[in-house]
Amino acid sequence: MLWEVEIRPVGVDRDGLRVLQQCRDFGAQSISAVKTARSFLIEGDLDQAAITRVASGLLTDAVVETAEIRDLARKDDRAGATLNVLFKPGVTDNVAESVKHALIAANHSVTAVRTCHKFWFPADAAKAEVERIATRVLANDAIQQVVWGNLHLTTLAMGSDYTFQRIVLPLRAMDDAALMKTSREGQLSLTLAEMHTIQQHFQEQQRDPTDIELETIAQTWSEHCSHKTLRGRVRYRDEQREHTFNNLLKETIFAATVEIRNKLGADDWCVSVFEDNAGVVKFDDKQHVCFKVETHNHPSAIEPYGGANTGLGGVIRDPLGTGLGARPICNTDIFCFAPPDTAAASLPPGVLHPRAVMQGVVSGVRDYGNRMGIPTVNGSILFDKRYLGNPLVFCGNVAMIPVDKIQKAAQPGDYIVALGGRTGRDGIHGATFSSVELTHESEHLSGGAVQIGNAITEKMLMDVLLQARDLGLYTAVTDCGAGGFSSAVGEMGAETGAHVRLELAPLKYAGLSYTEIWISEAQERMVLSVSPQKWEEFHALCASEGVEATVLGEFTNTGRLELSYKGTPVGELSMHFLHEGRPPVVRDAFYLPPAHVQHPADPSLTADAILKKILGSLNVCSKEWVIRQYDHEVQAGSVVKPLVGVAEDGPSDAAVIRPDLTSQRGVVISCGMNPRFGDLDPYWMAASAIDEAVRNCVAVGADPARIAILDNFCWGYTDRPETLGSLVRAALACREIAIAFGTPFISGKDSLNNEFSYLDADEKKHTVAIPASLLISALGQMDDVRLAVTMDLKTAGNHLLLVGNTLEELGGSHYEFVTGASGGHVPQVDAEHAPKIFTAVHAAIRDGLVRASHDLSEGGLAAALAEMCFAGGLGAEVSLTDLSAQTSLSATALLFSESNTRFVLEVEPSKLDALRKIFNGLPLADLGTVTDSTRLRIVNGGQTEIEAEIAELKTAWQQPLAWE
Amino acid sequence: MPRPRVCVLRAPGTNCDVETAFAFERVGADAERVHLFRLLEQPERLKGFQILCIPGGFSYGDDVGAGVIFGSQLRGRLGEAIHEYLQADKLALGICNGFQVLMKAGILPGGSSAWPPSGGCPEATLTWNDNGRYTARWVHLETAGSSSMFLRGIDSIELPIAHGEGKVVPRDADVLQAWSDNQQIALCYSQPVTQELATAGARRTRAELTTTLGWPHNPNGSTANIAGLCDPTGRVLGLMPHPERFQFATQHPQWTRRGLSGPDEGAGLKLFRNAVEYFG
Repeated sequence: MLWEVEIRPVGVDRDGLRVLQQCRDFGAQSISAVKTARSFLIEGDLDQAAITRVASGLLTDAVVETAEIRDLARKDDRAGATLNVLFKPGVTDNVAESVKHALIAANHSVTAVRTCHKFWFPADAAKAEVERIATRVLANDAIQQVVWGNLHLTTLAMGSDYTFQRIVLPLRAMDDAALMKTSREGQLSLTLAEMHTIQQHFQEQQRDPTDIELETIAQTWSEHCSHKTLRGRVRYRDEQREHTFNNLLKETIFAATVEIRNKLGADDWCVSVFEDNAGVVKFDDKQHVCFKVETHNHPSAIEPYGGANTGLGGVIRDPLGTGLGARPICNTDIFCFAPPDTAAASLPPGVLHPRAVMQGVVSGVRDYGNRMGIPTVNGSILFDKRYLGNPLVFCGNVAMIPVDKIQKAAQPGDYIVALGGRTGRDGIHGATFSSVELTHESEHLSGGAVQIGNAITEKMLMDVLLQARDLGLYTAVTDCGAGGFSSAVGEMGAETGAHVRLELAPLKYAGLSYTEIWISEAQERMVLSVSPQKWEEFHALCASEGVEATVLGEFTNTGRLELSYKGTPVGELSMHFLHEGRPPVVRDAFYLPPAHVQHPADPSLTADAILKKILGSLNVCSKEWVIRQYDHEVQAGSVVKPLVGVAEDGPSDAAVIRPDLTSQRGVVISCGMNPRFGDLDPYWMAASAIDEAVRNCVAVGADPARIAILDNFCWGYTDRPETLGSLVRAALACREIAIAFGTPFISGKDSLNNEFSYLDADEKKHTVAIPASLLISALGQMDDVRLAVTMDLKTAGNHLLLVGNTLEELGGSHYEFVTGASGGHVPQVDAEHAPKIFTAVHAAIRDGLVRASHDLSEGGLAAALAEMCFAGGLGAEVSLTDLSAQTSLSATALLFSESNTRFVLEVEPSKLDALRKIFNGLPLADLGTVTDSTRLRIVNGGQTEIEAEIAELKTAWQQPLAWE
Repeated sequence: MPRPRVCVLRAPGTNCDVETAFAFERVGADAERVHLFRLLEQPERLKGFQILCIPGGFSYGDDVGAGVIFGSQLRGRLGEAIHEYLQADKLALGICNGFQVLMKAGILPGGSSAWPPSGGCPEATLTWNDNGRYTARWVHLETAGSSSMFLRGIDSIELPIAHGEGKVVPRDADVLQAWSDNQQIALCYSQPVTQELATAGARRTRAELTTTLGWPHNPNGSTANIAGLCDPTGRVLGLMPHPERFQFATQHPQWTRRGLSGPDEGAGLKLFRNAVEYFG
């Protein structure tokens, strides 16, 4: 029998109201009402009485819902106004899986379950608008299908039997055109030079490769897995120099870390950097701390919910696969979108509306992080119209690992064990897909690369993995990310060799070829090496919590990767060729400073008005709508939250959490990013991002001598020398500034080719490249979290002081952004002074001299003071007179310049002397006092520059993204 | 005083079990995190515990509805063991998802008097927040003169909520009246206690407390501002806010303003201490 249980709300239809709002957002004015229902399609040996019991006992909340049951095999001729939205076959349907398992557990005979969302529109709604809402808002063609009218189905069964056939590709005989055709049509993303190398390799072997061999090489050599551009040779040239890098990353980012570690000598606190799945540094005697940040940009462009969902799920598996496994303690996420108020009619074909992208991405991160029980504590959202069609989604995870669980090595004879979720067709070609440029056709071509995660599967996996780790039941572990088993097994067995029997992999449904099994990127899977002696205990532990563990083969001592299917060899590659055989990539890079365009500010704007415009700009404004959807307190270690102050809604500089509830030692997480500076000079953008991440960290109390940083480069098409040139320039700054600050890079990732192309109505090709986007994430530490400081003003009568030098640096500032000005100098970093300032601020906080501290970033001093006032519910009386005399800067520069390495501190009068002693000789200027008035007043000489009600400033800051 | 034994019952997707067990341990209990599958294999294991706690999280992903599948497991194979447990002089606590589980199972609001559930329309449910989405924020709460053992000595308290489906909806007005008559309304979302009220040492009346407030004081639109319900005996409590998330002073969102970093104890720990002292 195949039943449908359709469940409708009684009374208010909240989903209906939500969809109606979306209709309005998307300009579908003719739709005056929407009714909704959720439904379950259930196939199995259930009679009417049984399905009725299931409907009322499990599926329906009788207090607020009513259910209707239908036999789907019976033709139903009622009016066809129903819109059904179902997942396409094979797309992960978590709710359906849970229902199936619950019904089987309750002894019902059920073979398949699917879920469906149903919608009804009024008869007078315009047909075209309903169609548009259906296909653009309610269903995403990448994962869902739309059926109009009543469902009429006979079975939910899917998958078909697979007939084994070993496929050999006649590579040796191919000419260049045929080689490239093979690469393109197989979605392998291999270049001609790479295809030549592969061809030559098999000529030496005197045979042709099988499809799985070629796929394995493509996955391993993909930009996503091997980072061939940044690890390759780069011939760089700019206005001052010419230099050839043999390995760009090694000579910039890694080199900084090496130099810092050498300088630290015996005090080196790095443990494992750029080796494992996450960077690891020392925390205390018992534990080290790991950090990894990944991007999931291309999947998020096509299916924002699933893309972001699996982005976070994927990065959580990185620390789980670091050493012998680390316990996640918090997540971070940083997003870049086009402005959410972009006109729907202006969107190029194939582009989702940025508001829908943002809502989907936030929901995806929310649903994964919250379900995993990992607090999401820090992040940022940046807007720029160049992220249209190519949003950026950065997800990070911090985790703790016992000091004796860092070493891992698969041993010959160990079983290769797959743990966690089953393998399906999902995510095939994710690694190669994320390495190519998006086009308006990506939505259709690349649907298979889009997935939806199941956080509970990963939570269960994590629960057993960490228990097995502590029991010493395995010798190595890594995550299944891009490339699936091919990358995971290839990596773990690189030093030994491995033999995989592909037919052993547990599948979601029948019909997968041996190659599909090998490269599937189905989520929530890890690969472990388990010695045969421990296998029984390991397997029993997993089974006791309902987690599937399966032996796929064994690690060998052959130095070869051997693949077989039901006894027939289907692939055999030398590990050496796989990991070392890729021809080096050589690229040209060229940097020319952009032309300086001088444009004055809109003269009609007063400083008051400019401040409110800055506070109300998308990058600066409150992100409370997002933050409140994230669980930021689970695990009970929360010390400084993302929102702080008297009304718990002020913008915190960084998060502080306590990973061990029996200790007061804390971890501090922050980030820095400002693509607007990159438009002027990527060097100073990178320097500023490092400075911002570090100063955010220091502002709450982190010790600057113990801050590790991570880099995430998201760039456009780096085959273009000028695009790569701007990246090289940023990497050079990373090296210089990291060394100056003593902040080692411990991990990083790059995502290149972030461009979106489409054809306009006249078939003309347009390409939108993202701005150069470097995210720096910082991982700080503090000895005692009870010394942490927040940014909200605390008490009237306290003094306000400005730390750091203000310069005429309005280039790329939010002042320029909101006034239409341009031509200012981009903020630089004083590499010699900055570390001393950080050390002094830290000393002041550690000595308990600071009641509030806030870093100065977008909007400069004025924005920082406004935020401190409204977060604390207090006013301030500030004078720039002395500062102006000392610096001879204009009031505009003093108020809005975005010079780096600056803070505002709130200090009690009795502690001023002690504070001045610490800052001996370093820039520290009196600004004024905290008042219990309702106003922020800033004067300069006889002139009042800003006088504004705190409540109005707060409203300006909260209003833009205060979404329902 | 003997250390009472606490069963912190976790299912796939439970995620507040570690810190909840930690809170019980801090106040003198022996807390064991027990997987639901172990209890399903051996229901009699429940006999060995004095306190049953179902912590927060997303049991079974909240698929179908928050707490539904976990709740159905308690009703099914564990029905008899639960019956015996509720009859005994023991305590049960459901926090957030745990509250949802107790409600969907039918353990609350009736407790032992209504177990096993009849199968008709339940007395009440926890459904989607009025804003339609998961929401994390701190709330002010006041106790409403209930018989709950967990809330003894607590008049008001600040705690965080973090849920999507926390709106209490009773079947009808009679149910709400009965809760009030039986002192089952344990905890209400409220406005901050005013200066006048505090200095007068006065408390809001139950009628005042249950006059439904708007957002954000009542964060989910819960009927009569109800944040927690107990059974008529006061031995079973379910609440949406998380007391284990205020077991340290530094968990409070305003600790840096209020000078709370001294004695490192948060007000939420009192609930756990009350439970332990019940057996003292």
